[in-house]
Amino acid sequence: MDQLLQQLLNGLSLGSIYALIALGYTMVYGIIKLINFAHGDIYMLGAYIGFAAITFAHLSFIPALLISMAACAVLGMVIEKIAYKPLRHASRIAVLITAIGVSFFLEYTTMFFVGATPRAFPQVLGSQFFNIGNVVISMQQIYIIVVTVILMFMLQFIVHKTKTGKAMRAVSIDQDAAQLMGIKVDSTISFTFAIGSALAGAAGILVGIYYNTINPLMGMTPGIKAFVAAVFGGIGNIPGAMVGGVSIGMIETLVAGYGSSMYKDAVVYLILILVLLIKPSGLLGKNTREKV
Amino acid sequence: MILDIIKRNSVFTLSLILTFVVVQLMLFTGILNDYYMSAIVLICINVILGVSLNLVVGFTGQFSLGHAGFMSVGAYVCAIINMQMDSTAGFLLGIFAGAVIAALVGVLIGIPTLRLRGDYLAIATLGTAEIIRILFLNLDITNGAVGLNGIPQYTNWPWLFIFTALTIICIRNFINSSHGRTCISIREDEIAAESMGINTTKYKVMAFAIGAFFAGIAGGLYASYFYFLKPDIFGFMKSIDILVIVVLGGLGSISGSIIAGIFLAIVTTYLQQFAAVRMIIYSLVLIIVMIFRPQGLMGNKEFSMKFFKSFGKKENSWLARKRNAKIKS
Amino acid sequence: MKNVWKIALAASLSAALFLTGCGGGGGSDEGSSGSADGDTIKIGVNYELSGATATYGSSSVEGIDLAIKQINEAGGVLGKQIELVEGDNKSEPAEATSLSTKLMTNDGVVAVLGPATTGNFKATIPVADKNQIPVISGSATADDVTVDLDDDGNPTEVKEFAFKICFSDSFQGITMANFASSNLGATKAVIIMDNSSDYAIGLAKNFRSTFESLGGEIVGEEAYIAGNTDFSGILTKIRSMDFDVIFLPGYYSEAGLIIKQARDLGITAPVLGADGFDSPTLLELAGASALNDVYYSNHYSSLDEDPAVIQFIEDFNAEYGKDPDAFNALGYDTAKFLCDAIERAGEADPIAIKDALASTESFAGVTGTFSIDENHNPVKSVVVIKLTDGEPSESIKI
Repeated sequence: MDQLLQQLLNGLSLGSIYALIALGYTMVYGIIKLINFAHGDIYMLGAYIGFAAITFAHLSFIPALLISMAACAVLGMVIEKIAYKPLRHASRIAVLITAIGVSFFLEYTTMFFVGATPRAFPQVLGSQFFNIGNVVISMQQIYIIVVTVILMFMLQFIVHKTKTGKAMRAVSIDQDAAQLMGIKVDSTISFTFAIGSALAGAAGILVGIYYNTINPLMGMTPGIKAFVAAVFGGIGNIPGAMVGGVSIGMIETLVAGYGSSMYKDAVVYLILILVLLIKPSGLLGKNTREKV
Repeated sequence: MILDIIKRNSVFTLSLILTFVVVQLMLFTGILNDYYMSAIVLICINVILGVSLNLVVGFTGQFSLGHAGFMSVGAYVCAIINMQMDSTAGFLLGIFAGAVIAALVGVLIGIPTLRLRGDYLAIATLGTAEIIRILFLNLDITNGAVGLNGIPQYTNWPWLFIFTALTIICIRNFINSSHGRTCISIREDEIAAESMGINTTKYKVMAFAIGAFFAGIAGGLYASYFYFLKPDIFGFMKSIDILVIVVLGGLGSISGSIIAGIFLAIVTTYLQQFAAVRMIIYSLVLIIVMIFRPQGLMGNKEFSMKFFKSFGKKENSWLARKRNAKIKS
Repeated sequence: MKNVWKIALAASLSAALFLTGCGGGGGSDEGSSGSADGDTIKIGVNYELSGATATYGSSSVEGIDLAIKQINEAGGVLGKQIELVEGDNKSEPAEATSLSTKLMTNDGVVAVLGPATTGNFKATIPVADKNQIPVISGSATADDVTVDLDDDGNPTEVKEFAFKICFSDSFQGITMANFASSNLGATKAVIIMDNSSDYAIGLAKNFRSTFESLGGEIVGEEAYIAGNTDFSGILTKIRSMDFDVIFLPGYYSEAGLIIKQARDLGITAPVLGADGFDSPTLLELAGASALNDVYYSNHYSSLDEDPAVIQFIEDFNAEYGKDPDAFNALGYDTAKFLCDAIERAGEADPIAIKDALASTESFAGVTGTFSIDENHNPVKSVVVIKLTDGEPSESIKI
């Protein structure tokens, strides 16, 4: 029983990380239908910016988190302006290849400057543990789960209660109609990238603290996993990203804990395919009827 | 009859023969050393992979991110057979068996997943390719992560040429056949095709299986040239590399895939010497080419626009018309 | 459509011709300029500088660069400067093959260093045989890298042009199994291995067989993939098992995290590893408080106070501003080892160098003094290092 609880807790913290990255993924996808492969690398840069802020500027957790989120937001907007905007009217698959190019560019430029060796992330949160029976909870796990939930609610608020959020929803439904209604499509998309990237930055710094390691290629796998999580929960849907992220984290941990860790990714993909076959738009996705 | 076909495709046939003879002569006289040979191998494998994926993505409009999975099936089957039967016959049997098994796997995967569309299909195919890789990582016969070592080398220029030419001819003829036209109609408008009485699933699976078959051949050639196989080679980055060939060349343009396959093989090989900045340059090449030629190097504008229409389902039709008009003007 | 098709074919054909034409010209020019005739001796460097194992490749190259810089500053080899021709193999066997072909046929190198990982290194050996140019790896540890093995693991035929200067997997696996059994008195062990690395698989296999033959029992076996960061699933599972030691073959980048997460979960059993642990990064990742009761086998110990080792650590620090890890040290030694062989061969001829490499006796490197045996493996001593609060506290000669 203890073991199961511990495993569920492990899964929840891993899942929160996936969810945090998936939130940004899902927002960008929702608005321009782009699988932003570079998202995982923005997350990596967020971790490095946080690393620099803590190591060289001796900042504490909250300022470092804010700086990293702000820097990533700017970076996301710049990437969108340079690499994606010229392709607004090109085929989506061309934008996808550009995104892959941007992803490589961020990975290997970072590697060029900081080297390929992983670095240890400074421990700004200390390492406290709470023992509840035989279940160990670390301070960092609590931070990750709490920050993820807070950010998710903030995001829900922005998207559903603010004017900008309304504009985002309008653009995601029909860009041209939104433009005709006087919505500035370009700045709305820019804003979406900023928010999505800021979330990735937050995820980067939290992962840095939680796992204590960062490297230039750290964004690759979580990037794909987060995309899987977003699809799993219903891409374009904010609570869906959360549900998808946590489910995938749980599945991975449980398969590693009770089956074989070698097959955990295979099981994740298998379940993903099954979910898609039964509910093609993901767990919480809306089924849209196809119009002719 | 055969003469007739040759006559009708005289430029094509002639250029094929010329390419073969010229390269063969240069190899024979030693102008092309081993290093250029390995570049040629990469080119041919790229071309086979690009053209076969183009059938699925470019012509049938099914966004697959799992081509490396089929390649790995072909590579492992060919390697295992060839290691048991160390002869040219074993090599050919291996390539053939690998391709057939890859095609069967394609059918097996295709039947359930091809009901999905767009990005959902992409992620499902990516998932299946990963599952295949994880299986190879855990099987005994593939020697797990350690990989297969000491695969005999039978891949040479004549075989490469034969298989590459075979791929191009088969896929080109398939596209020009009524089956191929059906596949294109699915890309253009799946619902319309369905309402015309076309069994869309059947044709999508057919295209998928043919694509997988040739990816299997490419895998076999790869295994038999580079002596060594391990599952890591066939990760999702490999699938992406293949997709890059297709998109860079132009969706729905076989000639585009051929050119992009050659171009990318040369770029990667050439960049080997710029160790530290290699991937940075490569990524910039990708971004710049896509920004300036979003329809790909050879991109047939009409083709890529129509694909866009079917791919971005949510586009409303007047918008697509507007864009089509803009492109045409 | 038909026309577009034809133009495309013509274009691709001319592209092909252009490539081959250029290639042909370049090849014959460079190929004819013999390697030994120039003012410099060219050495190829074929390492993983991008892709999944870039961290091992680039560390090795740092060591090589430092060694060659020192050798050149001291007057070079045979009165000639050494010129490194570096290339990136993207961590892919096919790229490694084509890169070593390029180095050997186009650049006219006399020997090639690398790649760092077993699979990629093996992929270059047929090329070395074909071109009769030696290849040396500092970190390809599999038993069958330099020699073919029969089904029982006995050496059959040595690969003439392949050399390595690191331990074989079997050697370290057996060493650690003996250590666990006799020095720590362990009877029950858990193995957590990196299942994407042939190094870790080889170590685990040998540890398992030796430990079992000594009367021990492997009570659990778990695996992970390089690049994973979350091990809580497998560690929570292990926590409920009854065992004396954990054997953790793998590299420092994951080992550091596993040790930290294990200690965080309250697993206090001794952790055993191999030379893949040897990196300052291990301490950074795991934290000093987690690195207690950790033992690993290594080529050398910083407690030994060998002046050569101390000098190396100082030089490395001056050059790169950090402490060297095992890959740095092994890279440094491969370069020195090769230059020593060129010096002894008396000429920069690949065959002579190969013979000189094969007959190396008591080469004093920073990773220990070693000779090359008939299977082209180094014969060197091993020490087991004990970490207490992250620092080496004891080195145990085996």
